[in-house]
Amino acid sequence: MRTKVKERWARVGWLIPAFYILFLMVPIYWLLAMSLKTNAEITSGFTLWPKALTFANYHVIFSDPSWYSGYINSITYVVMNTVISLAVALPAAYAFSRYRFLGDKHLFFWLFTNRMAPPAIFALPFFQLYSAFHLIDTHIAVALAHCLFNVPLAVWILEGFMSGVPREIDETAYIDGYSFPRFFFKIFTPLIASGIGVTAFFCFMFSWVELLLASTLTTVNAKPIAAVMTRTVSAAGMDWGVLAAAGMLTIIPGAVVIWFVRNYIAKGFALGRV
Amino acid sequence: MKPWNNRAWFLVLPMLLLVAFSAVIPLMTVVNYSVQDTFGDNKFFWAGVEWFRKTLHSERFVSALIRNLIFSGIILAVEVPLGVLIALRMPKKGIGVPICLVLMSLPLLIPFNVVGTIWQVFGRNDIGLLGGTLKSLGFDYNYVSNPVHAWVTLIVMDVWHWTSLVVLLCYAGLASIPDAYYQAAQIDGASGWARFRYIQLPKLSRVLTIAVLLRFMDSFMIYTEPFVVTGGGPGNATTFLSIDLVKMATREFNLGGAAAMSLIYFLIILLVSWVFYTVMTRHED
Repeated sequence: MRTKVKERWARVGWLIPAFYILFLMVPIYWLLAMSLKTNAEITSGFTLWPKALTFANYHVIFSDPSWYSGYINSITYVVMNTVISLAVALPAAYAFSRYRFLGDKHLFFWLFTNRMAPPAIFALPFFQLYSAFHLIDTHIAVALAHCLFNVPLAVWILEGFMSGVPREIDETAYIDGYSFPRFFFKIFTPLIASGIGVTAFFCFMFSWVELLLASTLTTVNAKPIAAVMTRTVSAAGMDWGVLAAAGMLTIIPGAVVIWFVRNYIAKGFALGRV
Repeated sequence: MKPWNNRAWFLVLPMLLLVAFSAVIPLMTVVNYSVQDTFGDNKFFWAGVEWFRKTLHSERFVSALIRNLIFSGIILAVEVPLGVLIALRMPKKGIGVPICLVLMSLPLLIPFNVVGTIWQVFGRNDIGLLGGTLKSLGFDYNYVSNPVHAWVTLIVMDVWHWTSLVVLLCYAGLASIPDAYYQAAQIDGASGWARFRYIQLPKLSRVLTIAVLLRFMDSFMIYTEPFVVTGGGPGNATTFLSIDLVKMATREFNLGGAAAMSLIYFLIILLVSWVFYTVMTRHED
């Protein structure tokens, strides 16, 4: 009797993730469908798929510098942030995973609180701080601001991956006469290559999706695409099609990078600790 | 046991300077504002704890805090069990695994305001699929004017946006259970529930702690998504702490009040972080 129930359960069990994925995809599909419709079709009635397929909305974005420069800005500061975060987090994570030192636990906890700090708290002081350094509306300002949550995250994830490498490897290398930098780059870095990849992915992701700080610190020259999008709201009459197309284009970079780290995403979210 | 070596500080130093620049200096600005008052012209007066007293007694702050706590509570109650259930039913091997992982991660990589835009459009009853369908079924659904509908929309949106995080964490936790455990359970004739309760749940406890606390923190500081969808309305029905804070600081220029509120907000987060951190590091060493 029980095995029968179990068998039936096993047969329909896949329906749960299937329905869940369906639930995730429907709003995205609606955005995609809207981006391929004309504004007249969007507002005139209800069509499940574009009757008059058009790429005009995408054409608007790719032909207008004020639109496509938003993508360039976003990608620029996201890449800068990823590089900076990794550069400072790698040695720090190594120190945390290999040594005990004065105040290490407190320092680690303090780092962690920065990941948890609401960006809303920092919006105004950041604006004043970066104004004082004349950095408003530059890519580096956003890249540095996003370090607030990305550096702690990078240290946590990297530390988790590094702790998975046995300490004997370090000791053997030092006995063999490797200096620290040579050991670190020649032996250690390749061992945690997947960890570095995952960390880069997470820095990319959290910098890419954050908007509150990015839009506070930029006005024109470094404005992220997600902030440029709000333009269509204020324009006379809502340009739904272009808004949808711009939204679709912000999904693509994420979808591309996610494919490369698909096997490690879960471990990264667990801060390297599963 | 890790060796004691204070020279490790040199490795930490660059990171420390950078984070201090982007966290400590701004936080000190906030502390400064919170104990001073101004009448413009960049002239400041010492105000002591006056702002803190005002904030803690203001109905506006307390109601935003309560709304935020209720929101976080509902989010956890829905997303965590749902996430565990989905993770338990996910395929274990084959082509289904990467497909599930990639499709499920997709909402996590969409900029927050695009998530807001997607749901704002999706829920509109003139051009949105959800709003339009509900309307044609006879429901008078309108998230702009009805507070309950606004709340439901925000919760469904957050479930859509973040449940995958719980799924991914639990999936990773489940994948780390050796097959031998399941074989032993089968030999012992353990029921499905016993298998979940005594093998899977203990292995999940660690990732679930991470999931619960990450979801709590992030829903507790949610800003962009509700701002885009409802703008805090109708009325103040969906004005959460962050929305209220940004409004106070950048539109009302109430620097002292905003700073005091920031610090109280931050202290709450700090307290929860400390609990989280203690739980997380308890089993290490």
